[in-house]
Amino acid sequence: MSLVLADVGVRYGGVAALQDVSLIVERGHVLGLIGPNGAGKTTLVNATTGLAPLASGTIALDGIRIDGLPPHRIARSGIARTYQNIRLFAALDVHANLAAGAYARPGRLTADEIATLLERAGISGADPGTRAGSLPYGDQRRLEIARALAAQPVVLMLDEPAAGMNPAETTRLVETIRAIAASGIAVLLIEHDMTLVRAACDSVVVLNFGEVIARGTPAEVARDPVVVEAYLGSGAEALA
Amino acid sequence: MSYLLDFYAKHSRLIDQIGINAILALSLSVSLQAGQLALAQAAFMGIAAYVSAILAVQAHWPLLATMLVAMLASTAVAALLALPVRRLRGVFLAIATIGFGEIVRVFANNLSITGGAEGLSSIPNDATTPVIYASLALVALALVGLSRTKFALAVALVREDEHAARGVGIDVGTVRILSLALGGAIAGLAGALYAHASFFITPTDFGFQRMEQILVWCVVGGVTSPLGAVLGATGLSILPEAIRFLADYREVFNGIILLAVILFAPGGLASFWRRGAVRVNV
Repeated sequence: MSLVLADVGVRYGGVAALQDVSLIVERGHVLGLIGPNGAGKTTLVNATTGLAPLASGTIALDGIRIDGLPPHRIARSGIARTYQNIRLFAALDVHANLAAGAYARPGRLTADEIATLLERAGISGADPGTRAGSLPYGDQRRLEIARALAAQPVVLMLDEPAAGMNPAETTRLVETIRAIAASGIAVLLIEHDMTLVRAACDSVVVLNFGEVIARGTPAEVARDPVVVEAYLGSGAEALA
Repeated sequence: MSYLLDFYAKHSRLIDQIGINAILALSLSVSLQAGQLALAQAAFMGIAAYVSAILAVQAHWPLLATMLVAMLASTAVAALLALPVRRLRGVFLAIATIGFGEIVRVFANNLSITGGAEGLSSIPNDATTPVIYASLALVALALVGLSRTKFALAVALVREDEHAARGVGIDVGTVRILSLALGGAIAGLAGALYAHASFFITPTDFGFQRMEQILVWCVVGGVTSPLGAVLGATGLSILPEAIRFLADYREVFNGIILLAVILFAPGGLASFWRRGAVRVNV
C-alpha cells in the first residue's frame, strides 16, 4: 500500500472536476493516468498535493490522511511531483534546484548525491553550475524529475513528462521511469503518448469527465470499447 | 591625517546620511529578495523614529534602549502588516503597502504625541558616526550569516516561483512574514538612528518620497543584490551633494535614474558582477 485515493471529488464552482475517483498507487509500481483533455488528470495531482481542496472523499499516504493539509506539509510527507508546464527555478543553477528538492531533508546535498540524482533522472552530463532555464527542453523536464527525487519521495507524480520530447528521448524516459519505480517509489504517470504508457505502466486508470471509466493493464484498457470511444476515438487504429 | 579630519568635519552629515541610507536600502532589499514588492519601509522607519525620539525626549531613555524598543515596535508592525496583505502580490502588494505608509504619515501628522505636522524636536544628537557605521556593520554581518542558512534558500525559491516552492515543502506564508518582519526590524534601526542623528523629525521625513528614494537605490543597485543596494544608496546620496544643481531637482533626477535603469540596465549595478545563474548558498 502506498497512496490511496478513496471516492475523491473536486468541484470548481458548479463543475465536478473529479467525482468518486478511487485509486491506489503502490510502491514499485507505475500507475498510468490517461484520459482526454479536461478529464481531470492534473486536477487529481493538484488534489493530492493540496492545491485543489476536496469536496468529498479521502486521500491517505501509508494509512495517514493527508487531505486537508497545506501543500508544503503534503510535500514534506513524501509526495513529489513534476509539472505539465515545467516549473523549475529557472534563474537558479542546477545545484540550487536539486537543493530545493531536498529542502525538507536535514543537511545539505553532497556532490555524490547530486551526481546520483542527475544520473537517476538521465542527465548525468549536466553541469551543476548551469542555469536551469538555459538547459535544453528535454533536460529541463529531466531536471524536474531529479528535483523531485531529491526529496526522497514515497510517491512521485509525473504530469506529462514526455511532452515535447522526440521518440528517442521518450524511449529513454521509459527506462528512467521504470528504474525509479524499481527503486521502491510509487509512480503516478499522466501521459497522452500511448506508446509510452504501454511501455512504462503496470496498470492504467482512465478518466473521462472527472470519473473513472476503466482500469486494468495497458493492453486491457486499450481494448476496452468504452475507452476507445471516449478517449482514443479516431486514433484507435494506431493501437490495434 | 589632518586632511581626513578636515574632510570629515566638512562632510560628517553626509557621511552619517550615507550610513543610514545604506541600512534603509538593505531593509528593502530583504523583502525584494523574497520577491515581495512591499513598500512600507519609510513607514517602519518613521514608526521607529518616533518611538525612539519620544522615549528619549520624554522619558530620557539612553540611546541603545530607545533603539531596541523602536526596532521591536517596527518589527511587530511589519509582522502584523504581513497578515492582511498575505494574499497580495506584485503591484497590488505595492499599492497596499504604500497605502499603509500614507496611513502612518497621516497619523503622525495628527496625533499630539508625535507633535503633529511640526514634528518632534530636541532629540539628543547621540547617533554618532561610529554608532551609525557599527549598526550598518551589524546588519551586514547578520545578513551575510543569514545568507548561509537554509532560510536564504527558501527566500530565493519563494522569489523565483512560490508555487514550486510550496511543492518542495516550503511554508511560503511564513517565509513572507519573516522577510517582511526582518525588513521592518532593519528599517526600524535606520529610523531610530535617523531620529538621533537629526535635531528634529517631521511626518514628511517618512512619506512617499522617502519610500521612492529607497526603492530607487535598490533598483539602481540591482533588485535582489544587497551589495548593489548599499552601493546604490551610497552613490545616489553622494551625487546630489557632488553636483549641487541636482539637489534642487532631486525628485526629477530620481525619476530619470529609475526609468533609465529599468529601460536600459534592468539588472542594475549588480549586473557588473553577476553572470549566468543567480547564486544561492546551498
